[in-house]
Amino acid sequence: MAITPNPHKTTGFLGWIDDRFPLTKLWKDHVAEYYAPKNFNFWYYFGSLALLVLVNQLLTGIWLAMFFKADANLAFDSVEYIMRDVEWGWLIRYMHSTGASAFFLVVFLHMYRGLLYGSHRKPRELIWIFGCLIFFCLMAEAFLGYVLPWGQMSYWGAQVIISLFGAIPLVGEDLVIWIQGDYFIADATINRFAALHFVALPFLLVGLVIAHLMALHEVGSNNPDGIDIKKNKGADGIPKDGIPFHPYYTVKDLYGTGVFLILCAFVVFFIPDFFGYFLERPNFEPANPLATPEHIAPVWYFTPQYAMLRAVTVNFLWIDAKFWGVVLLAGSVVILFFLPWLDKSTVRSIRYRGPYYKIALTLFTISFVVLGYLGTQPPGGLKTLIAQICTFLYFAFFILMPWYTRIDPVKQEPERVTE
Amino acid sequence: MRFRMKTFIRIALLTLTPGVALAAGGIAAPFSFKSDMGNEASLQRGAAAYVNYCAGCHSMKHLRYNRIAQDLGIPESLVMKHLAPANAKAGDPILTTLPAEQAAVWYGRTPPDLTLVARARGTDWLYSYLLTFYVDETKPSGVNNLMLPGLSMPHVLGGLQGYQKLVEPKDGEQAGHGKGPKFELVQPGSMSEKEYKDFAGDLTNFMVYAAEPARMVRYGLGVKVILFLLLFTGLAYLLKKEYWKDVH
Repeated sequence: MAITPNPHKTTGFLGWIDDRFPLTKLWKDHVAEYYAPKNFNFWYYFGSLALLVLVNQLLTGIWLAMFFKADANLAFDSVEYIMRDVEWGWLIRYMHSTGASAFFLVVFLHMYRGLLYGSHRKPRELIWIFGCLIFFCLMAEAFLGYVLPWGQMSYWGAQVIISLFGAIPLVGEDLVIWIQGDYFIADATINRFAALHFVALPFLLVGLVIAHLMALHEVGSNNPDGIDIKKNKGADGIPKDGIPFHPYYTVKDLYGTGVFLILCAFVVFFIPDFFGYFLERPNFEPANPLATPEHIAPVWYFTPQYAMLRAVTVNFLWIDAKFWGVVLLAGSVVILFFLPWLDKSTVRSIRYRGPYYKIALTLFTISFVVLGYLGTQPPGGLKTLIAQICTFLYFAFFILMPWYTRIDPVKQEPERVTE
Repeated sequence: MRFRMKTFIRIALLTLTPGVALAAGGIAAPFSFKSDMGNEASLQRGAAAYVNYCAGCHSMKHLRYNRIAQDLGIPESLVMKHLAPANAKAGDPILTTLPAEQAAVWYGRTPPDLTLVARARGTDWLYSYLLTFYVDETKPSGVNNLMLPGLSMPHVLGGLQGYQKLVEPKDGEQAGHGKGPKFELVQPGSMSEKEYKDFAGDLTNFMVYAAEPARMVRYGLGVKVILFLLLFTGLAYLLKKEYWKDVH
């Protein structure tokens, strides 16, 4: 099938453009005539909010990059220069630092929505995979960005994360030097981290977000009932339970945006360091390779993975425990990609699933939150044991999924979406 | 049940404020201080105190004299006359004239820059640090400090506060876990206890400002931004309701 220019037969100036570029087609396909289920609830705000935060990070990032110096001797002072001497610099920086945490918050909730309503299930596997890739890039982007201010926690956090690669047998040590660009974390490291943080990863992120949205609009959105609205179409070929994204969801998301911005503004203006969770105290001291901070804790959004890393305390197969910790850390993200195929239930939404999935998801949620807490704490004794149990539960949720979703007694799905 | 709820809230609060419990040294700050950026007189007194007692050794390389003048409501000429060294320009930051190598020889280490110390250590830590110097003959300077055990710095404010002996706890490490430390004045200074606490408060207040001058504006601006956003969100909600009337 060949492409038909200007399928909507517009005329005048718009017609001139539409004969040459699918402007009206893009607008109608993706916004004005994209039919979304009418029963979206609270959980459906986080996709548009993630997009909003991405734009915020890109814009504030451009302005920060205008004043930031990617140099081990100048980086820390240039951040203080932004905070003090650059007009509105403090606001731009707090918007960026708060935005980083907000990004993870909305992305976690956005992904959790998928677990609740089966948004990753056929035919939406690629949407989920693109989403997992976005999450992966986001973690890399956040880590790189956290190193740039070159404070104590930037430096020692980088030390911890980069040393993880050193745990890989045989190639580890060389890999660490290759990543650092030096025998230590040094000027070469901050320079390349800046290049990746400013250009490579934002470019990848934007590309993946476009792919994520294209895949979504190709198959259509899921909904809290997990049923296919395209099965019930009216005489006009429009799903009976569908409403055009614009204006219905644009105005609804505008309201969600307002609420979200109030919360963000509260953090930006009143508690920008968020009790040491968004901006950690030791990061107000310049990086000092000779003095290790007493307690190195990653930023809150990495703490679940950090707790899993530290949960492995025994060597296995003559390889150091740290390596297996790294395997678990990487595995905790990689396993997400397989979710669409691990879930064998005949229904998508938690509304029509049986008790097994509900119990499994509850345990998974608790273990993730507990791991997040433990990652902020110094390890030891009981805490390590709890981290081990929670790590087991985290993985069990995925590995046992084919079994418990198959035997889970499901309820009858409705024909049409419910309120 | 009530007891459990209280315990739960306490644990929840503790986990929410890790910095408080884990501020450097692992000792919880025994004294707390609430900074007030609206108290211009206190900030001005604090600036004078910093310049008189701290700036001899400790730079604030991120804070310029004319910024102090502008933010603390002091005419620039007065700042330059009373707070800055004779050869300093208005746009210069507070820099110590003490040569770093010399200082390292005298004190065992170079006195750190203090622009950001209030953010790196916390307000309560800083205030407690100023109050918990005590006589310790085992140290070269003759004093120790509860918040920074084994510090290199002598008690520069000893002439004001006087010198005190740590009575309880015997082991400095336990301070802050119980009722707080007990001191006994062994050599009075020129200030009463209350005067010195006010002095330390003003100094802390100024250092909190110095660590983040944006504090002077961000609270006020924040209120306006949030009021605007409330209005915006209210209108967006009405718009949403209007559009969604025909969705059943």
